[in-house]
Amino acid sequence: MNGVEEKQSPLEGLKVLDFSTAFMGPDTTRTLAAFGAEVIKVESMHQHELNRVSAPYKDNIVGINRSYTFASVNTGKYSITLNLRHPRSAEVLTRLIDWGDVVVENFVSGSARKYGLDYEQLQRLKPGIIVLSFSAQGLTGPYSRHPGYGFNLLALCGFSHFTGWPDREAVAPIGSYTDLLCPWFALAAILSALDYRSRTGRGQHIEISQLEISPHFLLPAILDYIVNGRVQSRCGNRSPHAAPHGAYRCRGEDRWCAIAVHSEEEWQAFCKVLGYPPWTNDPRFATLRDRKNNEDELDRLVEAWTIYHSAEEVMAMMQASGIAAGVVQTIEDVVRDPQLRYRGHFQIVEHVEMDRYICQNVGFRFSESKVRWKRPTPCLGEHNEFVYTKLLGMSGEEFVELLNQGVFE
Amino acid sequence: MLQHYRVLDLTDEKGWMCGKILSELGADVIKIEKPGGDPGRNIGPFYNDNPAPERSLYWLAYNTNKRSITLNIETARGKDIFRQLVSRADFVVESFAPGYLDDLELGYFHLSQINPRVILTSITPFGQTGPYRDFKASDLVLMAMGGVMYVCGDEDRPPLRISVEQSYPLAGAEAAAASLIAHHSRILTGRGQWVDVSIQECIARELFMELGFWDAFKEIAVRAGPRRRRMASYQRDIWPCKDGHLGFRILGGALGAQTLRSLVEWMDNEGMAGSLKNIDFDLLDMSKVTRAQLEEWENELCRFFVQHTKEEIYRRAVEKQMLICPGYTPKELVEYEQLKERNFWTQLHYPEFGATVKQPEGFLRSSEVQCQIKRKAPLIGEHNEEIYLEELGISKRELHSLKEQGVI
Repeated sequence: MNGVEEKQSPLEGLKVLDFSTAFMGPDTTRTLAAFGAEVIKVESMHQHELNRVSAPYKDNIVGINRSYTFASVNTGKYSITLNLRHPRSAEVLTRLIDWGDVVVENFVSGSARKYGLDYEQLQRLKPGIIVLSFSAQGLTGPYSRHPGYGFNLLALCGFSHFTGWPDREAVAPIGSYTDLLCPWFALAAILSALDYRSRTGRGQHIEISQLEISPHFLLPAILDYIVNGRVQSRCGNRSPHAAPHGAYRCRGEDRWCAIAVHSEEEWQAFCKVLGYPPWTNDPRFATLRDRKNNEDELDRLVEAWTIYHSAEEVMAMMQASGIAAGVVQTIEDVVRDPQLRYRGHFQIVEHVEMDRYICQNVGFRFSESKVRWKRPTPCLGEHNEFVYTKLLGMSGEEFVELLNQGVFE
Repeated sequence: MLQHYRVLDLTDEKGWMCGKILSELGADVIKIEKPGGDPGRNIGPFYNDNPAPERSLYWLAYNTNKRSITLNIETARGKDIFRQLVSRADFVVESFAPGYLDDLELGYFHLSQINPRVILTSITPFGQTGPYRDFKASDLVLMAMGGVMYVCGDEDRPPLRISVEQSYPLAGAEAAAASLIAHHSRILTGRGQWVDVSIQECIARELFMELGFWDAFKEIAVRAGPRRRRMASYQRDIWPCKDGHLGFRILGGALGAQTLRSLVEWMDNEGMAGSLKNIDFDLLDMSKVTRAQLEEWENELCRFFVQHTKEEIYRRAVEKQMLICPGYTPKELVEYEQLKERNFWTQLHYPEFGATVKQPEGFLRSSEVQCQIKRKAPLIGEHNEEIYLEELGISKRELHSLKEQGVI
């Protein structure tokens, strides 16, 4: 495709003001930036958002522009600082809002109003604006003012109940799990609201909470309670529809391969891969029901075979016979995974303080458009002058005056 | 918001969430099932524990708001009808193995000939390209290959997934967002495109923090039961209490100070604050706390928590704005006052069961548009007549013969 003019990014021209912090909001606007939107991250010079002060840091040296976690969710954005408590911030805010199409925020319930950033005030300033409010448990209701983060909301939302062994205490699922689920719902909502606005001229206020997204990820189990009165619980790696179904120890230090045998056909293929050891003819394992009834013994026998092979060998042998199997990959395996490499999942981004860092791609590819990072993760307030004077059209004098008064702190 | 758009949803359980989201945003989503029903309908649990394709609660969870028609796209007449449907559709969502639709001459290339504006969203375990594209997978395998299992579970036992399948609804949600980005591209160019979603890649994104530790120090994060890799060490996120467990993390800075101050005061009132009393909450920097010190604090906190029930602790947490949550079961979630007060649950009537089922109202609130569930999950081919007779103008006699031929 050499010589062909670069195609327009899908979201070219979209202007986003991001007042959000931590993961959920910033990851939402990161994807908008990846596909052409201009995203301005509005921060405080002195009260740093959670991820700017989260380890790990480049070279283990603490610094607000050195966090890998922050870089991971803010690549492609501008950063400006604005002191929302300063009496003159309102006039700056008015101009920012006039510039933007979409506002994303996750203030604790009530704070948005205090800063003049609630929907009523914003839409007066700019009719047609789209405001997306993220929250822990919603903006109304008896628990709306209770602060929450993914790492504790994951318990409230039922995920830790479903993570662990039936005979043991619950364990921590992945990261701040409920945070990770919300950005895609928010993106779908923002993009739909933009379409709606282009047809009707009308903006809207959209509310997304971790508490209300999460149940959609446990819904079959929740419906089992609602309809059948059964309270399901964590069951290790087991599945009612498959056996063997688990992570099996392989040769090497803490190496494992996940294997899932659902159908009778897959069971036959599985026995063949193992070379039909005598136990595969044991009537205790003849049908799925038999295998489920004797699953502890089955798992022991499977592992007595996998332990003599590397996890990669087990995966390759199983896959060659049409059985779902995959190495339980460490982060090192994931970074080196030939499939993820082939698809360009990991990209290297250069950065003034971090030198370079690994930036993850989104989970999808388009036939006609590509992720394009217009800039690396921003240093705090890096784009103050550019944004305030070039994008908002402040005169140099005005910019300096506000700067000297501490409005941009 | 998306009332003007039609989505043809050919997915099995790997992609159901995508159409569900688009339908809650207003799109007209038609689920196309093969005669006999979507294979995902065989996944339990089932209504009243009676296993049958039209009683799957897994199906009910992710197919509300959609209409259902049956169509065998492997037959010549079925292909014709499908092409006719595509000519008036805006989105097609599918989760067949890579190459399946191409072999039927219904891949993106073919569909774009019929309707250049159509967006085809394909959801597969590893994507349409690359050395693993034909690998077989399941939720367990994708959680393993995406890297999230390795960091989950007890040290002395195998790595773990979450017991309820997570990879499919996550990828479906990402697919909905991706489809709408492609839709904005279509607004600019007038043309649709092919959206290729890899479930493995959607999962891998959950590792952004572990990736940071790898990138920074070539450190491989491991599983540590209730603890996870944070700041300077592995810290507890899950804590036992009298009747279950809690979600809580010892945090430094202003964020942590408020919680710790109230919590330690409470512990002190009961004579259980121990060494936690010596912490200067305002200066606490978790990256400087030694492993031994952290363990001592954790033990003291555990001793305190197991004296109290999760509701007792949560009540106090809400009152004092402490960042502590109870670990809820599905039952407790359904009974949770906040969800009730917010009218999160709605009753959908299912004539086939002669009953209503309580289901979530929708994933978002909008000041402008009602985004609630309008329709129960459909029976197999429940809307065949609506679509085939009324919309496509197929005669009753032909519909009957198509049924006999196994096309519909």
